[in-house]
Amino acid sequence: MEGTAVPRRLSSGPLSWEVATVTEVTSETPTVRTIKLGVPSWPGHRAGQHLDVRLTAEDGYSAERSYSIAAAADDPVAITVERLDDGEVSPYLTEDVRVGDELEIRGPVGGYFVWETADGGPLLLVGGGSGIVPLRAILRQREHSGSDVPVKLLYSARTLSDLIYRDELDSYHDGVEIIYTLTREQPAGWTGYTRRVDQALLAETAWPAGKDPLAFVCGPTSFVETVAGGLVALGYEPGRIKTERFGGTGGS
Amino acid sequence: MDELDGNGAAGLLQEIFGTDMTIAVATCASCGSAAQIGESVLYAGGPGTVIRCRRCEGVLVVITQVRGRHCVDLMGIRALDMPVGSA
Repeated sequence: MEGTAVPRRLSSGPLSWEVATVTEVTSETPTVRTIKLGVPSWPGHRAGQHLDVRLTAEDGYSAERSYSIAAAADDPVAITVERLDDGEVSPYLTEDVRVGDELEIRGPVGGYFVWETADGGPLLLVGGGSGIVPLRAILRQREHSGSDVPVKLLYSARTLSDLIYRDELDSYHDGVEIIYTLTREQPAGWTGYTRRVDQALLAETAWPAGKDPLAFVCGPTSFVETVAGGLVALGYEPGRIKTERFGGTGGS
Repeated sequence: MDELDGNGAAGLLQEIFGTDMTIAVATCASCGSAAQIGESVLYAGGPGTVIRCRRCEGVLVVITQVRGRHCVDLMGIRALDMPVGSA
């Protein structure tokens, strides 16, 4: 393939790999962990941005993955990582990483899937599986900034124990409505939804298009396709639907 | 291979271009539609990084690493615009 070689000296922008120190590790579910990072030169970030993690093996082989930042702008930097069985990076991050370990990171990056207080709402957040992570950062950002933008969060997971941040999500009240759907297995007495997110469920739960909502959708590719398509069919302005797809088999 | 968002290449693009390219609007050389790089289709699992037009699937950008250099093919982008002062 023909390509244009970019000299290294042109890549001396503000972004470079740096060493972060793991300051706290929290188990969220059996397969998901939140890792807090101490980054001396962190320039600050916006809710919804991500950072890249690079792991390098002793033989020099390296793998990079991009993870959503789980924190609001004024929180310590943290990522929440779901273990993918065939993953190269996530098994290490979810099983082997300990407080005090060092990780190579690069970020924050991405200005597309970002919400700032001035962007307003009403906000529709739709998350599938670990797609909740950047949406949680947006919720925290709203809370920390004292915003009263009304929010509906529709969160789909396989089972109750797969729900990430559940206690935190349940603690939101004023102006925030959390709607859960558990698609594989529900506990006795479950009063939330029990089916996959589709256009019909969106019609029941999402803001009507007439309110000119701003939507953020994050989850596995097929989940995001279904939700984004459903919202457009319900009359949402395509330019006000921000999507973030992730790979792997993350359950929703 | 999974289809992701151009978003997922934000770090790589910023390393190369020195600024956030995911908010840049690229006009596809194949079909002429314009969209932010962040909402285009990303294939990241192969030997290179490929970004395609979400409308016509035409290739916009191919980035490979060869002997310690990033090689960037931009043949699929007819025009690129981005906010002044974003760098």
